[in-house]
Amino acid sequence: MALSNEEIKSKLIEKFGDAVINFDESYGMLSFEAPKDINLKVLQFLFDDATLQFQFLTDLTAVHYPDDKGSELAVVYHLHNLKDNVRIRFKVRTSTERPDVFTATKLFSAANWMERETFDFYGVNFVGHPNLKRILNVDEMDYFPMRKEFPMEDQTRIDKDDEMFGRGGSII
Amino acid sequence: MRPVRFNIHPKEAVTSTAISVTEAPEGYSGEGFFTAKLSDVVGLARKNSIWPLPFATSCCGIEFMATAAAHYDLARFGAERMAFTPRQCDLLMVMGTIAKKMGPVLRQVYLQMAEPRWVLAVGACASSGGIFDSYSVLQGIDQIIPVDVYVPGCPPRPEAILDGFMKIQELVGQESIRRRNSTQYKALLDTYGIQ
Repeated sequence: MALSNEEIKSKLIEKFGDAVINFDESYGMLSFEAPKDINLKVLQFLFDDATLQFQFLTDLTAVHYPDDKGSELAVVYHLHNLKDNVRIRFKVRTSTERPDVFTATKLFSAANWMERETFDFYGVNFVGHPNLKRILNVDEMDYFPMRKEFPMEDQTRIDKDDEMFGRGGSII
Repeated sequence: MRPVRFNIHPKEAVTSTAISVTEAPEGYSGEGFFTAKLSDVVGLARKNSIWPLPFATSCCGIEFMATAAAHYDLARFGAERMAFTPRQCDLLMVMGTIAKKMGPVLRQVYLQMAEPRWVLAVGACASSGGIFDSYSVLQGIDQIIPVDVYVPGCPPRPEAILDGFMKIQELVGQESIRRRNSTQYKALLDTYGIQ
């Protein structure tokens, strides 16, 4: 018998009560949020529970919502139950002022590089990560390029038509 | 018995007009001697035996593979000896997008090449960053190393790469053997922080 989304949801609510919020099923995939200070407890529960068994971390990244003051960054964990072939999405929100989130590297070795990437692009500070430094961008980079306040374009160029390349101008 | 031969009207190849021979440099010749400028002779030898170092990172590299293959045949220009050893090579052919993180690698490859050395930037990305006007992409390799010839195109056709290669050959053939000791050349390298 395959694991249903309702089953996952009821098990989570049974364990964590009101802490788990914003349940959603987009395209049949369950997603939910929890406060960032219990992210490891939730992941551990999803990992250890005999029926849930979300023991594979498919992806870990972040999303920047600049308009949500106080919880601008969402760290997203994509988890996979290989036995029942069920996937879920788990998010924790944090502010850009103190973007501290506990590291999942103790639970998933795969989280190591993915957390480095998330730090590299969004500046999420994974507390307890063994080697939190940039992984894809140049070491000298002094900002987090995927945050929306930074333009994507290379700011050193002067020979391109600014209107066509997103550096000001009138075309939006 | 019928002979096993399908092409019953074979054509003899006309080689007298198909082969071009490098012309001798300007000079005086007589019975058993020939005099010319040393730089011309050295240039002639250099330009027809360039060893390219293909630094191919993306689609321009695929075009380069076509250029080096049988149909376009870069070997016709005396450049059949591709090498990935910078110390042996004369021409650095940069083909493709160079990310900022790869910049120091490219620069080190250039630094390891012995003088005289030339650089060919193939394609829009190597020349200017191309469409990748992005925080992660180097906006033209001339930001980190001097470039002799730029080949435009996205990607350029093999003919364009050959044309760029022939422009390099022109430079190599006409260059004074002391050009690389000139003050202008040193000043150029100084702007890149290379001595």
